[in-house]
Amino acid sequence: LVKGVRRLNAAWRRYSTASVIGTEPNRNDPYYQENKAKMEELVQELRLKTSDAIKGGPEEAIKRHTSRGKLLVRDRINRLVDEGSDVLELSTLAATGMYKDQVPSAGIVTAIGKVHGHDCMIVANDATVKGGTYFPATIKKHLRAQSIAQECRLPCIYLVDSGGAHLPDQADVFPDREHFGRIFYNQANMSAEGIPQISVVMGSCTAGGAYIPSMSDESIIIKNQGTIFLAGPPLVKAATGEMVSAEDLGGADLHCRQSGVTDHYAQDDEHALHLARNVVANLNWNNDQKTRIYTQKVEEPVHDINDLHGIVGANIQRPFDIREVIARVVDGSRFHEFKQLYGETLVCGFASIYGHPVGVIGNNGVLQSDSALKGAHFIQLCAARKIPLLFLQNITGFMVGREAEAGGIAKNGAKMVTAVSCFKGPKITVLVGGSFGAGNYGMCGRAYSPNFLYMWPNARISIMGGPQAATVLSLVAKDKAQRGGKPWTDEDEKKIRAPLEAQFEREGLPYFSTARLWDDGIVAPQDTRKVIGLSLSAALNAPFRDSKFGVFRM
Amino acid sequence: HAGVKTDLQLRNIDKVLIANRGEIACRVMRTAKKLGIRTVAVYSDADKHAMHVEMADEAYHIGPAPSAQSYLNANKILEVAKKSNSQAIHPGYGFLSENVEFCEKCANEGVIFIGPPPSAIRDMGIKSTSKAIMSSAGVPIVKGYHGEDQSIERLLAEANKIGFPLMIKAVRGGGGKGMRIAMTEDEFLSQLESAKRESLKSFGDESMLLEQYITDPRHVEVQVFADMYGNAVHLFERDCSVQRRHQKIIEEAPAPGLSEETRHALGSAAVRAAKAVGYVGAGTVEFILHRVTHDFHFMEMNTRLQVEHPITEMITGTDLVEWQLRVAAGEPLPVKQEDIVRRGWAVECRIYAEEPAAGFLPRAGTLHRLTQPTPEEFVRVETGVREGQEVSVHYDPMIAKLVVWGKDRNQALAKTRRKLSEYQVAGLETNVNFLLRLSGASAFVSGDVHTAFIPQHERELFADTVLSEHTAIQAALGYLIQSQLSSTANDTWKGISVSSNAWRPNYQLRKTVNFKFNEKDMKVNVEYESAPNTYKVQVDEGEWRQVEATLTNTDLGLKLTTKVDDKTSNVGFLTYDQEVHVYDEHGQTVVHLPRPKYQTAASSESTSSANSAASPTPGVLERVLVNKGDKPTTGNRRASTGRPAASGGQRNGACCATLRGSPPPSTLLSTCKPVRPDAGRERPRLSPLVLANPRADPARIPYRSDGRRAPVPLALLRAVDLILSLETAEYQNKEARRTVGAPARRPAGVATRAARTPVLV
Repeated sequence: LVKGVRRLNAAWRRYSTASVIGTEPNRNDPYYQENKAKMEELVQELRLKTSDAIKGGPEEAIKRHTSRGKLLVRDRINRLVDEGSDVLELSTLAATGMYKDQVPSAGIVTAIGKVHGHDCMIVANDATVKGGTYFPATIKKHLRAQSIAQECRLPCIYLVDSGGAHLPDQADVFPDREHFGRIFYNQANMSAEGIPQISVVMGSCTAGGAYIPSMSDESIIIKNQGTIFLAGPPLVKAATGEMVSAEDLGGADLHCRQSGVTDHYAQDDEHALHLARNVVANLNWNNDQKTRIYTQKVEEPVHDINDLHGIVGANIQRPFDIREVIARVVDGSRFHEFKQLYGETLVCGFASIYGHPVGVIGNNGVLQSDSALKGAHFIQLCAARKIPLLFLQNITGFMVGREAEAGGIAKNGAKMVTAVSCFKGPKITVLVGGSFGAGNYGMCGRAYSPNFLYMWPNARISIMGGPQAATVLSLVAKDKAQRGGKPWTDEDEKKIRAPLEAQFEREGLPYFSTARLWDDGIVAPQDTRKVIGLSLSAALNAPFRDSKFGVFRM
Repeated sequence: HAGVKTDLQLRNIDKVLIANRGEIACRVMRTAKKLGIRTVAVYSDADKHAMHVEMADEAYHIGPAPSAQSYLNANKILEVAKKSNSQAIHPGYGFLSENVEFCEKCANEGVIFIGPPPSAIRDMGIKSTSKAIMSSAGVPIVKGYHGEDQSIERLLAEANKIGFPLMIKAVRGGGGKGMRIAMTEDEFLSQLESAKRESLKSFGDESMLLEQYITDPRHVEVQVFADMYGNAVHLFERDCSVQRRHQKIIEEAPAPGLSEETRHALGSAAVRAAKAVGYVGAGTVEFILHRVTHDFHFMEMNTRLQVEHPITEMITGTDLVEWQLRVAAGEPLPVKQEDIVRRGWAVECRIYAEEPAAGFLPRAGTLHRLTQPTPEEFVRVETGVREGQEVSVHYDPMIAKLVVWGKDRNQALAKTRRKLSEYQVAGLETNVNFLLRLSGASAFVSGDVHTAFIPQHERELFADTVLSEHTAIQAALGYLIQSQLSSTANDTWKGISVSSNAWRPNYQLRKTVNFKFNEKDMKVNVEYESAPNTYKVQVDEGEWRQVEATLTNTDLGLKLTTKVDDKTSNVGFLTYDQEVHVYDEHGQTVVHLPRPKYQTAASSESTSSANSAASPTPGVLERVLVNKGDKPTTGNRRASTGRPAASGGQRNGACCATLRGSPPPSTLLSTCKPVRPDAGRERPRLSPLVLANPRADPARIPYRSDGRRAPVPLALLRAVDLILSLETAEYQNKEARRTVGAPARRPAGVATRAARTPVLV
């Protein structure tokens, strides 16, 4: 307790002495207004795409679903979570444009919401989308949710209503390490780690799907609605000639009264979700592993978060001061900047978000040797002090050129990458602009296992910028042509450049990224603070582990 | 008079036993404490945790819940008085307050009975005696003829002497039988004939008495106070005309519209009356007052402190209980008549657990929520119950008295309405809404009060309420916010909450709140906006409205603040079980949320709803009048209405069981009350059977605008089935008595409404 009080006092001191940063923009400036208009367009597009996706499957499927007295998937989640609870739905736009048919949200909703006050990971099939079957993106989304749950120690609640694997895609959903089987592997291991696994059987759980409730710690099934069997009636008939109804083969009565596969018998969706809430209430879900949350006063930022539209805009070529973003995300716009005068292209400092301390790392230009060293230092500081990290990426990469190489940019960049890799506390990354090349690595890209990674709708992600890539490839081609004595025309250059630039532009888009689960969702700039707050809240359910760093090449 | 003493004879009272319960016991204790007198409470099983027990310095258990075995147990109470060394007993009102034997016993045991001498109680208890005494003391009494001579000629002559309209009553009569009114002389003979015929048939006697009939009179009473030394004063009058079921619900002092002469005449008549019987202590002389002429006649004298005494205290600045204690101790009256000054206006409302729309049937059960107005200098809240306590079937279902003073009648009424609207009660129905309507009715406000006020203004007083869009919005949003607050209230680890508004990424949460109002389904769509406490709301298929809503805790319960378009309003709010209550200037609006299907399904497996019927009033099952195998039929209503309780074992099934109700005995009849659409409560599928009070005039029950009473044989048959399906043998020996379930509430989420209000289990 004494330690806690001391910490709290320390936090207060820091909190009260940090200076308010950020400036009031000139909102009448045409540059600001253009930025604002463009970004608003992007946000509008995001909201439209989202509202389409959350409708779920085709209308007939929805009608069929609701006419049986079943709730739609998001209504189920709304009933499961505490009234008024914020729900952090992840990757709503997953699978967008990936398949011949529309598979909204990849046919599965993953979300973090509070049940009896506990942050829980909810994984819910949308039976109106292709019968809730698993496409490759569905598997990926399911596994991603489990991995978040495992990292953050979130109880998992599976609302199962799925026809199992999407058979035409079996090669991409069944055999590999990160395929269907991994779901149960994760369940077993999370259960072993003491992370509760709860299933609610709200529809069919056939074949592999049968393992979801069976592998759970506690499961609920709905009468005349939920079924669990390794093989459904048609397959049974084919295999043994036995004629049996789905309900008799694997209904609630069978599994609650005879087989013992399920533990709780529910009358309908509402009842099942009520029982699921009761299960959570009785988890005795201990708090001792959780990271302490400072309950200091939450102050909204001084500056209006909506200014971000006008400050950042849609064009990632337009520079902006990352401090203006920080000023609109952290409590009271207070930022205690670290090494302000050194390695100025990387902005590091301490702040609070919803009362909890965070170390913020943001880009103000290309990463130089000194900024990489500063970053590595700062990450070590946060590890030592057990302060979660927030990365705000807007990075074209590390500095190139002879001078930079001679200055050891490779080893200095590696120090930052090592620090990011070995930091074991909560990490949250938001791509607010470009994310290119090794800059993505140093700034905690997907490969560095941030607990959460989000993109703004204006962000771009690729190994390098499209024009740069086109230049590289056209130079190579030109070289090759000239070596072969062939003429190199502007026409040839265009032929190489145009498709490449188009490909990079397409593949760098946030929608391309989010469809493939390279991120956990696209967030509008004005929601950034909230999303970070909820992500932090989820991440703090896990203990803040000690970081052990690898060898820093000196 | 013998009772009058001449020398000052002081008796010490430093400890008083209060032989009563509820608000009056508490009220007496407050004054006793003020005077430094120690207090002793008595209590029955039902009152173990009652407020009066906690307030007293000492408390003694005196028996089981039924008052005959507790609060009416004179010997036991006297024993407690001795044991506790109480010098005096304050009887309050009701119970033993007008019991001559008790009064005499007290005197024999040397315990001071705080009240009049036994002779005064006895004299005033007998109607004919009291009238004779009053008549000789020059107090105007109702003209009448009570003579032996029953010849038609004599009766007609007397009738003409009395004047018309005129009431012809069977001497042996009762319950309205053998009673006729002759409006004019022409009618007299035929009405007399008819009354005689009925009386002969019903009572085997045709003696008649005649009395002047005053159409829709006013009920005005005068508070008097006398000491042992022959001094008597009056403290002005009260108007208690507006009554239901012959019981007062709203009283005021002074009486509206009286001239100072009338007031003076009333006062001095009352003092004459008190002196005529050698009265000591607090008493009330009741008069019938003609609405137009303001002629008044003595009706009766109540030899106790009355329920409505606080309004007199309010306008005269007195403490009548203090006077009672001082006079009982032998002190002379502290003031003279000319010192008593009347100022301002006071109104008392009696808050009852009852259902006005169902003929004011009393209710019993637990007050799961009770918030009352905060007492202030000119606002008294006299109560004996608190939240969580029970309104028992055994006693009067009064929850509280609200007493308000204003500088004039309009101000007093305005304040009364304001304070009434601060009442928040859940778990039981109350008459608060009715009182609000009544005190705001234009005829009432204009002072046109009389005893037939409620039936006369029935249309206005019982008009159906409509749920405004605004209230629907308040109910729905309040419910959502409240569930939000309560769902997180017990969380130990809250994590980080980023909004109070169910935030969702890139879309807005939409919820639908379905509820019932007056049995009508309503749907409110709510979209959570990103700004805190901001919503878009649509009622049924109406327009979407921008709403801001917050819920805050106050001394008067939860306060819901809503801003709909540009109108901001503050209303009281609470949720209880599946009910959502909104409290505004119209009082309580209750909407019902559907109980989750799984709850009703689960409970219907345990209690068969096909075999249940609901009683509209709590009572005790006393006898079953049918046997197993009987085939009850319906139709013969006339035979059943009269005296079903007496005619056990009727085979036609018109009457199948006798319920001993609380208050007076009720009987299960073959008539069936259709479910009232505005009763505001989810009913079991079966129509409840009418429990009619056989003593009451059938025409008076219930106060309903349509007055329909359709026989519903199915419900009856089921009720009979139900009774018989209970331990038949146990019931047939006619000794077993089971308490009929009061409409007791179960904790949320336990059972259906049908199970909540069982009739006969």
